[in-house]
Amino acid sequence: MTEIVSSSSPAFVRPTAARRDIGIKRRYAAERRFRAYGMAAIVIGLFFLFVLLWTVISNGYTAFQQTTITLPIEFAEKVIDPKNERAANPSKLMTANYPLLVRDALVKALGIDPKNRAEVKKATEMVSASARMQLRDIVIANPSVIGTTVNVSLLAEGNIDSANKGQIDLAVEESKRKVSDQKIGWMKTLTDSGAMTKEFNTGIFTFGASSRPEAAGIGVAALGSLYMMLIVLALALPIGVAASIYLEEFAPKNRLTDLIEVNINNLAAVPSIVYGLLGLSIFINFAGMPRSAALVGGLVLTLMTLPTIIIATRAALKAVPPSIRSAALGLGASKMQTIFHHVLPLAMPGVLTGTIIGLAHALGETAPLLLIGMVAFVVDYPGSPMEPSTALPVQIYMWANEAERAFVERTSGAIIILLIFLVVMNLGAILLRRRFERRW
Amino acid sequence: MNMMSEAAVEKALDQKMNAVPFKMIGKDVSVYYGEKRALFDVNLNVRENTVTALIGPSGCGKSTFLRTLNRMNDTIDNCRVMGKITLDEDDIYDPSIDVVELRARVGMVFQKPNPFPKSIYENVSYGPKIHGLARSKADFDQIVEQSLQKAGLWNEVKDRLHEPGTGLSGGQQQRLCIARAVAVSPEVILMDEPCSALDPIATAKVEELIHELRTNFTIVIVTHSMQQAARVSQRTAMFHLGNLVEENDTDKMFTNPDDQRTQDYIMGRFG
Amino acid sequence: MNTSLILLLILIVGFAAYLAGRSRAIATSNGKLSVLHSLPGYHGTYAAICAIIPATIVLAVWAIAAPAYIDSAVRNALPQTVLSQGAATSELALGQVKSVANGLNLLDDAELAALNNGSANLRDVLAAKGVPLAGEGEAYMVKSAAQFNQMTATSRVLMAVVVLLISAAGAVFALRGISAPFRARNQVERVMLWTLMLASSIAILTTIGIVGSMLSEAIRFFNSVSPASFFFGTVWDPRFAAAGSEATQGQFGLLPLLAGTLYIAFVAMLFAVPIGLFAAIYMSEYARPGVRSIAKPLLEILAGIPTIVYGFFALVTVGPFLRDISAQLNGLVTGNYVSFIQAQSVLTAGIVMGIMLIPFVSSLSDDIITQVPRALRDGSLGLGATRSETIKKVVLPAALPGIVGALLLTASRAVGETMIVVLAAGVAARMQLNPFEAMTTVTVKIVNQLTGDLEFNSPQTLVAFALGITLFCITLCLNIYALYIVRKYREQYE
Repeated sequence: MTEIVSSSSPAFVRPTAARRDIGIKRRYAAERRFRAYGMAAIVIGLFFLFVLLWTVISNGYTAFQQTTITLPIEFAEKVIDPKNERAANPSKLMTANYPLLVRDALVKALGIDPKNRAEVKKATEMVSASARMQLRDIVIANPSVIGTTVNVSLLAEGNIDSANKGQIDLAVEESKRKVSDQKIGWMKTLTDSGAMTKEFNTGIFTFGASSRPEAAGIGVAALGSLYMMLIVLALALPIGVAASIYLEEFAPKNRLTDLIEVNINNLAAVPSIVYGLLGLSIFINFAGMPRSAALVGGLVLTLMTLPTIIIATRAALKAVPPSIRSAALGLGASKMQTIFHHVLPLAMPGVLTGTIIGLAHALGETAPLLLIGMVAFVVDYPGSPMEPSTALPVQIYMWANEAERAFVERTSGAIIILLIFLVVMNLGAILLRRRFERRW
Repeated sequence: MNMMSEAAVEKALDQKMNAVPFKMIGKDVSVYYGEKRALFDVNLNVRENTVTALIGPSGCGKSTFLRTLNRMNDTIDNCRVMGKITLDEDDIYDPSIDVVELRARVGMVFQKPNPFPKSIYENVSYGPKIHGLARSKADFDQIVEQSLQKAGLWNEVKDRLHEPGTGLSGGQQQRLCIARAVAVSPEVILMDEPCSALDPIATAKVEELIHELRTNFTIVIVTHSMQQAARVSQRTAMFHLGNLVEENDTDKMFTNPDDQRTQDYIMGRFG
Repeated sequence: MNTSLILLLILIVGFAAYLAGRSRAIATSNGKLSVLHSLPGYHGTYAAICAIIPATIVLAVWAIAAPAYIDSAVRNALPQTVLSQGAATSELALGQVKSVANGLNLLDDAELAALNNGSANLRDVLAAKGVPLAGEGEAYMVKSAAQFNQMTATSRVLMAVVVLLISAAGAVFALRGISAPFRARNQVERVMLWTLMLASSIAILTTIGIVGSMLSEAIRFFNSVSPASFFFGTVWDPRFAAAGSEATQGQFGLLPLLAGTLYIAFVAMLFAVPIGLFAAIYMSEYARPGVRSIAKPLLEILAGIPTIVYGFFALVTVGPFLRDISAQLNGLVTGNYVSFIQAQSVLTAGIVMGIMLIPFVSSLSDDIITQVPRALRDGSLGLGATRSETIKKVVLPAALPGIVGALLLTASRAVGETMIVVLAAGVAARMQLNPFEAMTTVTVKIVNQLTGDLEFNSPQTLVAFALGITLFCITLCLNIYALYIVRKYREQYE
């Protein structure tokens, strides 16, 4: 029927009138330019992301390999304990001349004349000074090893390690590079005999601070970070959730709660270094807690993370629809029961996501820790959060200040490890959000 | 007998209307939102300097059809339009046709007044400015004054042209939006339920305005209110479930519609 | 009996009270739980609360107040000759008495007797036990130390008894009160509510702590350096005074640091704002959902990278790159291959900080831009405006207040950023305009002044708190104003 009306009328159409000039060409050129700026901005942003990651990875992946020199070490009694006093005085084993054992083994392996002092000295430089501790630990753990010959893998010195990884440009004039031609010759000898090998570097995960790059690792720092994360989790999560529940569900809307709201938003944006000053002044000077302790670091990071968790939790609580509350209240549940039995469980994915993101942020935070004395040269694993310790990002900061090439590699390696932690945490948060995301 | 007379009436009407050329022609227009089909092969022509009202129950596709006329559907993701719509002789969905140019010729007034958060003057001069329709300050002043006069708003706002447009009352805001559309001097003005957010007095003013604008513009108006369609339009098209049920002279539509469904709707049986 | 052991005992009493309360409530109900107003668990919890909380509060107060009381008692009992020499001397004497007291605990009876009849030298005896004494021990100290030890021991015993009694009394009180109509749940919930309130007050306490602690330390700083020479001084040279030369205290002028901070933040913003803003516009107005869902999280990775990593990036990549490229440029133009950009410079720090800020700008502005109502966009598009005209003339002006707020928040972050500038900006405090030279910032100097071994009372370290409070005030103003406008903006479109 429609057709009848429309099509029965003859199509009478006026021809197109002369067009107005509304500058279409010029305006579309502007449109394309504008769009290109936007695209360029995103490309530039992604480019920097790529360069940054590339810098870290290309500098750092070699940190997960370490050159070792495996030598048959003769634990000669005449060197370790010439007067046979160890039964009476075990501390003799602590101070024995272990480097001599290394030297002897190395001289034998390279076939150097032991009387040529200068050459012998140069050759021993190729092994890390940490060999002393390594051999000492072997002997102390098992004194019966004295008098036998054992194959021991010793760490190569940092520059030798770099040279072996091809990071030192051999085309440079000999006097200007850190590894002499002589040493390179020896390296070749050792490599050919199978003594010098590249192995997976477990040391970077387990060692503590050291002035020698080959013996430096993030193990101790990572334990410090772990202590702090546990403290943050144990304090910030319950306090943050409790505070959010009060503010979101109970607090009357008045000037005071408005002030708290503004205050929390501001705290989330306060420079982190200010929290360091707070920790130094309140926890260390006023409350007398020990400097450099993971406990203080944990407390400072807790205060820093709280606003993030509170903001995330309040958003999650707000997203739970009022109908759930009405339903529970209608059955005669008290307000407290309603919240703890129904609202909070439904908001939990959001709370945990916020908590993980807050933790990830705290894990990477450096500045406040510098002020509470965690820039410390910590060699041993801290036994408790009260003992001096350091943190992963602080370790990175300290290494970044070292000049040697091998430390750049270590720093990048440590950054890779830190970033992997962060990626895992953030992925966890994303998966959590995907898995439990609800649309009401 | 009856049949004969009806045919005669129809013929007479056709002849009257035939004097008026078509401004826009929609042929087999279908619209899909993703998989969902919202319009089914609609054939509807819009006559020049005529007010065409689109009526029908909610969700019947009348707004969707209106938005195809200046391609506002382009701004909605996953919306596809099939069929052919011409403005004068141009196929508006032809790749050679530019959507910006099209919208400069087919203006639009929306359901809720949406003045920009700028002054009244800037609201009205915005269109002419982007299209480069005026150069000097004097030209702009003139366009603004004329447009506001055409929209019947001039006397109410001439002393506060530089105050924000958002400070006006709802009815004034909607007339400002009409003035804003008029300032571009389009050939067609589309109005999507322009009075649904207004009180009766403001509605009366806007309706009066539509009546006056008809001399210069072709107007297509979507409305919920049958009385409004009867008051302002010369032609009426009735939509139902994405189909065009009937298109006719407004007088005939409201006295003696051809389709049973139109009759039911007008009598208030559904809607 | 030490404090943590007492705490453990209180918890045990509390747990016992919980079990007792529960079973008593069940017993009261005679097998019909519905006659109870509250579930048995609430009765138990109520009993546990009564057993634990008052006792813990008393314990805490005692542990803080008792040492102070004992100190003053021992100090007042010091010989008149010591007291008459003023507060500082008696404070010093008290300190020595405490270390003597500490040492006395290590001595056996025979050695104590020898000390008391004067036949042994106090200092030597204690040194043999590994307790060094700062000065010559004096005879009265042994007596005072004994008094101190005795009072401490008494206080400990008394504390343990009192606290455990309170705990037990609380438990008994609660258990006796258990009856079917007793509203245990309401009581428990009231305590929970108080706990929640306490938790939310920590946010306020943190701010008070920040302001209070920094202010008090800063005031100590201003006692030795006048505020005028700090706030308006143009030279930063906090020499660590050589021993004895009191006059050369160094100069603490804030202005060079502030200039460096603002300059670097300005360069960073100059870099981050256009990129971030255009990225946000593209993402919210142009990008297809597929592109958006990839590009947005990728850009946000930049925000998740710790700042120390950016610092390292500046140190090993950007700094040397700028230095080398400037040398090449200089060589091409003048034939003299000398770099004119230093590796540590305003530009290096600014660029790297800018990279860090890109995702802040873009995600904050993205949020703001998407809040602009669709009706405004439609209004403009319906008049025949192109997309970019709509964005430039309608969307951005409408979003402007919100965007300004977002940029202020970003600026606050730039001003407070530490690790990037520590590694990339340098430590030279000067006032100059060349972006290729090194400048330093407030945050760098806070770190410099407070790392390493230092005595805490010199102006050289206290100045860090004056810098800190300045930094806090600047960022506070930026944040509050930014939050205020963003909030107003949101309300406008809600």
